[in-house]
Amino acid sequence: MAQTVLHRAETRGHASHGWLNSYHTFSFANYYNPERMNFGALRVLNDDTVDAGMGFGTHPHDNMEIISIPLEGDLEHKDSMNNVAVIKNGDIQAMSAGTGIYHSEYNKDRQHRVKFLQIWVYPDKRNVEPRYDQITLKAEDRHNKLQQILSPNPDDQGVWIHQNAWFHLGRFDKGVSANYKIKGKGNGVYVFVLSGDVKINDQVLYTRDGFGIWDTDAFTITAESDAEFLLMEVSMSF
Amino acid sequence: MNKTQILVICRHQEILQTIIRLVNSNPDWECTGANTDQQAIDAFSEIAFDLVLLGSGIEPSSEGNLITFFRNCRPQVSIVQHYGGGSGLLSAEIYQGLGQKAS
Repeated sequence: MAQTVLHRAETRGHASHGWLNSYHTFSFANYYNPERMNFGALRVLNDDTVDAGMGFGTHPHDNMEIISIPLEGDLEHKDSMNNVAVIKNGDIQAMSAGTGIYHSEYNKDRQHRVKFLQIWVYPDKRNVEPRYDQITLKAEDRHNKLQQILSPNPDDQGVWIHQNAWFHLGRFDKGVSANYKIKGKGNGVYVFVLSGDVKINDQVLYTRDGFGIWDTDAFTITAESDAEFLLMEVSMSF
Repeated sequence: MNKTQILVICRHQEILQTIIRLVNSNPDWECTGANTDQQAIDAFSEIAFDLVLLGSGIEPSSEGNLITFFRNCRPQVSIVQHYGGGSGLLSAEIYQGLGQKAS
């Protein structure tokens, strides 16, 4: 029988640093809740808003798969591998920190804020060579259907990471349903509602709610209103 | 009140310094850093650490040998993998590690 966990939007950790307003689904920085440490290999789901011209200065990472998805505005990324890229609204970037990497993330726009999701997934292999991957997604590919944006396979749709994980985006009109079949044995799916109301099987979720489901082969997702959502399938053991 | 003693082992020197700074910013914690296995062993022999954080770049064979050494010296010490190089995970890893004694 399917197991589930519900994380309402208002139960997330919250940090306001002036230039940065961040909601943490799982324990992060000064937000510590021993019952909110992770969902399987999904360790961090931060919902960040960064003021115009501000950002995170150069800082290190290692042994983590870091996925950035701008929801509004663009994010400039620089790293110690000499990669400089703008992650635009509509893009997804995956960075394998591996043995260690330094990077910075800035909102270069002088007038508008940037809103983005930063998602960290434990890798299935430690100390890999650092690398990153970035693509532009077509909005029409997720209208009333599930758009794969991340997988473990470099030859598959979307970006790839070192973990048995698949991410999908969906932007559904009210009343549209889809059935999601879990791809990896022993995997679960964490649903994050970007906007609107959705129902996962019988559970109704609202904007910025999170919902994990595992020990099941599949589930149904239905838009109770026009809605956008992110499905993150990850290994439940790592 | 005695500070919680934390040993951090990490091969990347700059990341190690970042982690030490972050851990020491908590007034209840005191951090010692080690780049090499020998530095870690020497430190562990001198200080009764409450927690060991294993950072990036440690070879699997080294990690296994160090854990064996630590457990033989002090079975109750908590040993935790640190992910992220001084990232926002650090505090939670320490709190969780201190809440769980070695099994």
